[in-house]
Amino acid sequence: MAHTVAPVSETIQESPLAALHEELGGKMIPFAGWNMPVQYTSIMDEHSAVRNDVGIFDISHMGQFILEGAGAEDWLNKVLTNDVCKLDVGGGQYTLMLNENGGVIDDMIIYRQAEGRIFLVVNASMIDVDYAWLAKHLTDELSLINVSEAWAGMAVQGPNASAAFTKLFPEQELPTRNGMAMWCCEGESLIVCRTGYTGEDGFEFFSPSNSGSAWFQRFVDAGAKPCGLGARDSLRLEVCYPLNGSDLSSTRTPLEAGLGFFCVLDKGGFIGRDVLVRQKEDGLKERLVALQYTGKGAPPRAHYEVFSKEGELISELTSGVLSPSLKQGIGLAYLPVSHAKLGTLVDVGVRGRKFEAKVVKKPFYKKG
Amino acid sequence: MNVPENLRYTSDHEWILLEGDIATVGITDHAQEELTDVVFVELPDEGRTCDAQDPIAVVESVKAASDIYCPVAGEITEGNIDLDGDPALVNTDPYGAGWLFKVRVRDTADVEALMDADGYKSLIG
Repeated sequence: MAHTVAPVSETIQESPLAALHEELGGKMIPFAGWNMPVQYTSIMDEHSAVRNDVGIFDISHMGQFILEGAGAEDWLNKVLTNDVCKLDVGGGQYTLMLNENGGVIDDMIIYRQAEGRIFLVVNASMIDVDYAWLAKHLTDELSLINVSEAWAGMAVQGPNASAAFTKLFPEQELPTRNGMAMWCCEGESLIVCRTGYTGEDGFEFFSPSNSGSAWFQRFVDAGAKPCGLGARDSLRLEVCYPLNGSDLSSTRTPLEAGLGFFCVLDKGGFIGRDVLVRQKEDGLKERLVALQYTGKGAPPRAHYEVFSKEGELISELTSGVLSPSLKQGIGLAYLPVSHAKLGTLVDVGVRGRKFEAKVVKKPFYKKG
Repeated sequence: MNVPENLRYTSDHEWILLEGDIATVGITDHAQEELTDVVFVELPDEGRTCDAQDPIAVVESVKAASDIYCPVAGEITEGNIDLDGDPALVNTDPYGAGWLFKVRVRDTADVEALMDADGYKSLIG
């Protein structure tokens, strides 16, 4: 007897800013189950606006949870890799959530809003998975609420981001790097976090969903150029910020991904820790390295094959782009440690041709 | 949208200029606007023979690689080497300096059979 599998109805979600994107000329594509703008005018222009001036991205697709209860910090410390105890109230930190094998379920930024209250910002594609994982391990004293639908989010990024903020909120001070602030404005509660995914100064701003478009427009009026996912990807890759699902996966540990800094092994037990400790003792077999073309070539892209100079297929790119800032192909790949040393030459295969690339220091792009 | 009257067009958004038995091929203004920011063009080698609809070149933007198909059967006589240094010519001058390659067509009637400007205009709405 044949099994019939009901087709999964993949409903595509719309951002609360969808109508505004249309109005601003955004070119929409499906991403992580969401219909999002990939670009408005040109990825190059949007990229350079963020590097040199200020740009704004819709990040309403990202998920937000609120974890609340006495001992929330201690509990979270057993589920995430970074040390929550290092967080002062109002502070934020990059951290990872691992499975029992040490593989990455998701990477996220968490903010300590108050003692016993944590605001978690997670990847769009992982909202349901993350929520289920956290809920599964939750203790009775704690509550976890998925508030993703209630919030619109936007990332205002670039050297002039703080000036744009001051234009809108002359009375409100931006928190310091990685910090967050909550306040009331025109009867609405707003959240601002001094974080981002571009390597530039800037902030992420959350408002109630229904007023998201109005705030986005006000930042645009204050000089921020609307930017899409295309520029978001090229900007983050230039500074080697990993993308979960591409550079991070459930079968790779954060140590292999070069994110050991965010895994505090001596803070006490957390899910996946044992594997990381063992991996550290045994030594890594593969590492996520930064590859940069040594000359001109066809833009590297995710899944392109990577060959040793002897012609052996050794890996594939997890991400790749023609860097708008460096005007050169850049990418990330897990390479055997024998080929992961700085300066090692490899070849990237593009439609049967090979382009030479070198293992370089992260990040590819540094300010100034 | 700029759609010159003297050219022929394909539904893959290529334009063709026939002079004698040599066809110059590029992508349309509409296509370059859709692609935006051309950062790399892979051109066919001279002397390569091709059939209509063979993937023969690749135009890449930051975000995606797009195949370019040979509009008619023939033999490649030249690729636009200026695009190696300045692929953005495809954006700035799609019908001029941004041409992609030239092909000696096997049968000029193949070119005549392609869409004219009016046909292409109605295709892109």
